[in-house]
Amino acid sequence: MSSVATPSAARREAGFYLRRPGLVLSVAVILLVLLWAVVPELFTAHDPIAGVPAERLQGPSAAHLFGTDETGRDVFARVVHGAALSLRATVLSVLVSLIAGAALGLLAGSRGGWVDSLVMRVVDVLQSVPSILLSLALVTALGFGTTNVAIAVGVANLATFARLMRAEVLRVRTGVFVEAARAAGVRWTGVLARHILPNSLGPVLVLATLTFGTAVLEVSALSFLGYGATPPTPEWGSLVAGGRGFLATAWWMTTFPGLTVAAVVLATNRVSRALDGERRLV
Amino acid sequence: MSALLEIRDLVVSYHTRSGVVPAVRKADLTVAPGEIVAVVGESGSGKSTTAHAAIGLLPRGGRVESGSITFAGRELTGLSDKQWQGLRGTDIALVPQDPTVSLDPVRRVGEQVAEVLLVHRLAPRRAAAAEAIRLLRSAGIPEPERRARQYPHELSGGLRQRVLIAIALAGRPRLIIADEPTSALDVTVQREILDHLEGLAVESGTAVLLITHDLGVAADRAARVVVMSQGEVVETGSTREILTAASHPYTRELLAAAPSLAREPLRPRRDAGSDVLLAVTGVAKSFDGKTKVVDDVSFTLTRGRTLALVGESGSGKTTTARVVVGLEAPTEGTVTFDGNDITALGREDLRLLRRRFQLVYQNPYASLNPRFTIEEIVTEPLRAFGVGSPADRRARAAELLDQVALPSGMLARKPAELSGGQRQRAAIARALALHPDLLVCDEPVSALDVSVQAQILRLLVRLQEELGLTYLFITHDLAVVREIADHIAVMRGGSVVEYGPADAVLTAPTAQYTKELLAAIPGAVAPDPIR
Amino acid sequence: MTNGIPRRLAQAVVVLWAAFTLSFVILYLLPGDAVLAKLGGGDGGSTLTAADVAREHAALGLDDPVVVQYGKRLLAAVQGDFGRSIASGEDATTLVLNALPSTLSITGLGLLFAVVFGGAIAILGTYTRSRWLSQFLASLPPLGNSLPTFWVGLVLIQIFSFNLGWVPALGSDGFSALVLPAVTLALPTGAIIGQVLAKSLRTQLDEPYVEVVLAKGASRARVHFGHVLRNAALPALTLVGVLAGNLLAGSVITESVFSRDGIGRVTASAVSAQDIPVVQAVIVLAALFFVVLNLAVDLLYPVLDPRLAGRVTAKAQSRGKAVSGV
Repeated sequence: MSSVATPSAARREAGFYLRRPGLVLSVAVILLVLLWAVVPELFTAHDPIAGVPAERLQGPSAAHLFGTDETGRDVFARVVHGAALSLRATVLSVLVSLIAGAALGLLAGSRGGWVDSLVMRVVDVLQSVPSILLSLALVTALGFGTTNVAIAVGVANLATFARLMRAEVLRVRTGVFVEAARAAGVRWTGVLARHILPNSLGPVLVLATLTFGTAVLEVSALSFLGYGATPPTPEWGSLVAGGRGFLATAWWMTTFPGLTVAAVVLATNRVSRALDGERRLV
Repeated sequence: MSALLEIRDLVVSYHTRSGVVPAVRKADLTVAPGEIVAVVGESGSGKSTTAHAAIGLLPRGGRVESGSITFAGRELTGLSDKQWQGLRGTDIALVPQDPTVSLDPVRRVGEQVAEVLLVHRLAPRRAAAAEAIRLLRSAGIPEPERRARQYPHELSGGLRQRVLIAIALAGRPRLIIADEPTSALDVTVQREILDHLEGLAVESGTAVLLITHDLGVAADRAARVVVMSQGEVVETGSTREILTAASHPYTRELLAAAPSLAREPLRPRRDAGSDVLLAVTGVAKSFDGKTKVVDDVSFTLTRGRTLALVGESGSGKTTTARVVVGLEAPTEGTVTFDGNDITALGREDLRLLRRRFQLVYQNPYASLNPRFTIEEIVTEPLRAFGVGSPADRRARAAELLDQVALPSGMLARKPAELSGGQRQRAAIARALALHPDLLVCDEPVSALDVSVQAQILRLLVRLQEELGLTYLFITHDLAVVREIADHIAVMRGGSVVEYGPADAVLTAPTAQYTKELLAAIPGAVAPDPIR
Repeated sequence: MTNGIPRRLAQAVVVLWAAFTLSFVILYLLPGDAVLAKLGGGDGGSTLTAADVAREHAALGLDDPVVVQYGKRLLAAVQGDFGRSIASGEDATTLVLNALPSTLSITGLGLLFAVVFGGAIAILGTYTRSRWLSQFLASLPPLGNSLPTFWVGLVLIQIFSFNLGWVPALGSDGFSALVLPAVTLALPTGAIIGQVLAKSLRTQLDEPYVEVVLAKGASRARVHFGHVLRNAALPALTLVGVLAGNLLAGSVITESVFSRDGIGRVTASAVSAQDIPVVQAVIVLAALFFVVLNLAVDLLYPVLDPRLAGRVTAKAQSRGKAVSGV
């Protein structure tokens, strides 16, 4: 039986993905965009900054997949080269929310008492202001630029992480197996490190993947409003904003960068849903 | 007499994402008009699926693959939604398993009873409301006018089950399917509800298909018993035949294991002895500073003996157990373990003393860390107290599994890969790791199937003999108590109402409440159930 | 329930105070200098003297110790005074309140669209027996949640204004100019409503009471609309406060895309100009929105859910039950 286990497990694995073409496509989209960010030159020969004035405002074609803009720059090249900046900002913002939020949640959930009350009141307040407004306030204070936008979005999303982490810690903490460990004589630090943390981190990591999608949207929204990278540096949100003046004549300038953002968000959401338990059900 | 319900060669399976899971492989049963038939089996036997197929309410993914279900001569498999709607409520009705979640929480109780009449246009709205009150009264609900205007959460579990019985009877059905109608209720309430259901059914000539895991309940109520195991009907017969001359080995196993029918102690009972290990004196516990969940509880436990703490939900028995093991601090009173007052110990001193008393929980699904292997679980107390090298601990783990009769191959498994009984054995192995003197067992078998219950009880008794353990055994089940206890403390409303040697309490109880509890045990009158 | 109202009001005031404090900490204490921003500095290379900066600081009260600044500003804020706009010199509160009606009209219509379409998708998606229709409807909310709103707004303009010429592309005039912004605004909110309500409906459909209703002989429609919907809508109701806040925040992008006047435009330009008093006024207004709506939901909830009608006693009972043993 053990001799056939490996191939049949592999087949089951393959079957899992075959029955989910959307998931496979999503993983492919994410890999592609990551490659754009790391080695953009592999995907386009055009310069993202310097345009060819003779080729301005051309529609999509074989030479210019996403068309060209008003100064003759290749839109596809700008989308590909913009990936690095957009993704770096997104990852930074998710890391800020994840690390700060999870630390606060762990502190609140494991210490309890007034520490818990204090942390949770701060989280309440963070959540009483819509996250976009909160990040706008932070941008006002910190100043413009992609890094500041990323930090602002990260702080604005931190409350959800703190709340979930605390809830998970409390759920696991009141679990019978945790009490059983305590009744067996395990020290509190051991219980925290060996029982509570490993069992409560999973949902928080899933939230991080889910937040990746919203963070892409929020970062690009702020850069659409003009608080991100300074032109002519390409960045997805500002690319869409750049096409606003040409809606009637050059639809491709807004449509393709926007579609790229949507595709990345859809793909990460799909993957995060898969991480959230589809595997376990099968 | 022709059959009212006739199920022939029924095959039901569940179609899930991961494939087709068979639930009922071959079921045959008949119910005559006005007859009470019990279907008995453990969880996973297919008894509930069979019953739900008969009313066309299989859970999601459930499908009747083949076989026939006829009701009063009419084939039910393949009926349309519309046809089923006409049948349900007026021909076949259902009393569900858990009354606490089976009523719509935002609709008044009276409305929910009247809905049956409105759906089938048996009465106009106003008359239906009046009829609902009459039905509630006949289901044994006091002050039905007031109750009808209340919402489900304002009623106790027992009253809610009566409401569900009123709903089932509202359309004057010819058959009621009662799916474990009382397993979520306390024993004393169980008996009243079943008495009432039986009475109403007999009075109105309604047939009842009673689904139960408890052979005692079946013996008390049914004229005929159908025994199911692993999706198949293994034996059918009159209740007397099943109880006295069961032919199928599974039925005999079930009979032997049914706790409500077993009466012999698993080992000779022991006297009080003199070596006091645990003394609980005047313990009281209040969580809100006002109501005392436990009030003035005192008892002593001598080495090598088993004391059973018996009571229904809310009696304070679990809180008492938690105070004993130092998981809760008592508001008043002391707990003395082998001369140490644990209520006065500091945190680290208490931790060190924990080596000598360990706890086994009710639910082995929740009490084991799902990420640990069985080896990690069993050796955790050793790690906590720095006992032995990793190699020593591994050897001890294998030894412990051997003691609880688990194969050592289980060491590398995760809890999810074990059955409920195996998990409880692993939990017991963990409790034994540090050679404790006292084991506090909080309902250690109530989450398990009856045949597994018997195995675990026998294991506990054997371990007590071998290792000289002392048990404080928390349970609601007097039949379990009968098998293992040397002494019994009966709790009610936070206080001990009766305390004494097991045989005295069981055969000549002095407290009224103990008498009621003993009378309420299903199957108490067996093996001669037909009075 | 009656003695709960003063407690809730007090909580609401505390949240408002905390939002003010949070915005004070962010806007006035974090590094970054509004004066430099106003005088065109920040990038370096500007010509202003230290004396210019000091004079502006004194005028804005930035020289006082932090605690004094905080006290003064809190006292003023209680009276509705958040200071004057650094950019225009107008009273920040007046500036924000003047922009409110225009924003309320698109957020109101947006909320209506969101509830109607989100609700319809959830109800139909859980009621239909057709597998593909149910799956299709279930896939819409995640899709709606994934599209960048600023981009959706631009695409709508492209299609309905430029290609079809049905509605004006930009501006604040007339009802037809309201529709596209409201649709844009409704998209993410409707998606959330659709998702939450559908999930809630599915959970309720698996509740054992549904089986009892079916066993009475009731039709699926009766189960769905007579029992399940009401139970499922209750948890969705608690979202209203959050959603209204999202709509208000979404107006920043929507109004910018459609070049409409309103709170969003005011906010966007205030952020661009690092106009701290205006940004603070907007944040406190958003918190006020949130607090008032949540208060309304809190007070309405016990009316709709009988289980909470006698909340205090019920809670105490259930706690007593939970601890008293198995």
